[in-house]
Amino acid sequence: MVGEIDPVIINLTVFVLAIFVGYHVVWNVTPALHTPLMSVTNAISGIILVGAMLAAGPAETDWGVWLGAAAVTLAAINVFGGFLVSQRMLEMFKKKDKKGNV
Amino acid sequence: MSANMVALAYLVASVFFILALKGLSSPESARRGNLFGMVGMAIAVATTLTLTQNWLLILSCIAVGGIIGAIVAQRVQMTAMPELVAFMHSLVGLAAVFIAIAAVNNPVSFGLPETLPAGSKLELFLGTFIGAMTWSGSVIAFLKLSGRMSGTPVVFTGQHMINLLLALIMIGFGLWFFFTDTTNWTAFIAMTVIAFILGFLIIIPIGGADMPVVISMLNSYSGWAAAGIGFSLGNPMLIIAGSLVGSSGAILSYIMCKAMNRPFLSVILGGFGSDGGTTAADSSGEQKTYRSGSAEDAAFLMGNADSVIIVPGYGLAVARAQHAVKELAEMLHEKGVNVRFAIHPVAGRMPGHMNVLLAEAEIPYEQVLEMEEINSDFANTDVVLVLGANDVVNPAANVPGSPIYGMPILDAHKARTVMVVKRSMAVGYAGLDNDLFYMDKTMMIFGDAKKVVESMVKAV
Repeated sequence: MVGEIDPVIINLTVFVLAIFVGYHVVWNVTPALHTPLMSVTNAISGIILVGAMLAAGPAETDWGVWLGAAAVTLAAINVFGGFLVSQRMLEMFKKKDKKGNV
Repeated sequence: MSANMVALAYLVASVFFILALKGLSSPESARRGNLFGMVGMAIAVATTLTLTQNWLLILSCIAVGGIIGAIVAQRVQMTAMPELVAFMHSLVGLAAVFIAIAAVNNPVSFGLPETLPAGSKLELFLGTFIGAMTWSGSVIAFLKLSGRMSGTPVVFTGQHMINLLLALIMIGFGLWFFFTDTTNWTAFIAMTVIAFILGFLIIIPIGGADMPVVISMLNSYSGWAAAGIGFSLGNPMLIIAGSLVGSSGAILSYIMCKAMNRPFLSVILGGFGSDGGTTAADSSGEQKTYRSGSAEDAAFLMGNADSVIIVPGYGLAVARAQHAVKELAEMLHEKGVNVRFAIHPVAGRMPGHMNVLLAEAEIPYEQVLEMEEINSDFANTDVVLVLGANDVVNPAANVPGSPIYGMPILDAHKARTVMVVKRSMAVGYAGLDNDLFYMDKTMMIFGDAKKVVESMVKAV
């Protein structure tokens, strides 16, 4: 049966299920961490890097490859910037002793 | 790598992304969660690299982008987080558009048929138009948030009609693109340009006060853009990660709208709110009286209280008073006063912004409570200190007929004594007078939040 299914339907299945997973996981995020949530999801949406790499991938170099390379650079800013700024913020949420010293 | 191996590696990466979001359920597990996210991304990128041939080009582009990203992440001020997030959304949008154009140019390199079938064209259309709107919308949000453009809504007559018309024209070009057998560049480019313009037009009428919703919404869009490109390329990695981000942004938008008691649609249609700062025009014309006091009086009262709740608003961050507030809280704490912070969901300019600002000042997060956790405690509290917040403590929200009726507020008015630090009697974003300021138990302390808190610290 699997061979007969249009890949679009499989993708749609994945899409809908992923939305449900996202919905339930995100409701459990504590409101105090909503800003880091946004910067982490920002980094995750940098997954567009995968698509950008495919665009920049072909050996025969035409302008599409250069466009892909530009997209790789943009997405990499997102990935690195997003994860590192989240890390920086989350360091601030470390437990401190009574006097407030780290 | 075989296609099956690639798909399995993508599955592992997706699980790591889900664990990353799950980690954010508490501050203790959050750092590990972020690490999971990085691992997931590393797996996804390494796997994809095996599918490409231009390693040198790709790796050097990643290095350049990575260095820029790392520098930005290191340098950004915590008060500027909303701008940074808007800026990064715009990058995702633009990258999506670039990828879609590259796919239309050379479908074979993405494993698509030489001539694109109508289904793929539809998916490319969706990915491009969401990406283009994310880009231009985020640019406007960035300009507004960073103060390079006024936060006042830009409204003109027939605005919504023009947007609707443009959207219809865009869909028209999209249809032309689907039903042309060869690659129809004219239709594709026209459609992309209109999507860019629509992104601008949709965000300009939205006022500064609604920015927390806008930024959450664009967060959601950036996820849908990635998912849309995932459909075009038949890549489950992009679909899964994109949907996680998309639903996260959608939930945050919902939470923000609820906290402001504004229907999502009316936020999107825009025209609400200004930069604030104008004095309320009282229609009845009667002069209301208020009591003002000095920082020293306030410090004396707080020093002798059993419990103090501090309500911080964005005015606190503007005045850069977080560290002074931390000192004040510590000194009161040493005198045996129970000091806590009450955070309204829309305190700051993006969801959770105030929590980050307080954490940066090294205020322990156990002392920082959400609205639902602390609201019932106000009635038993001696002193509430409102610092640079206004609408979120306006009891008018409980009065039917008021423009903000129904908005959840912090019940500061129930405390025994209320002290409000403010620069003037000016109104907040909602443009409403605040009855809290005129209550008998309220003392107004005028001045810059930082200076006032510093003199409180000296006097305690």
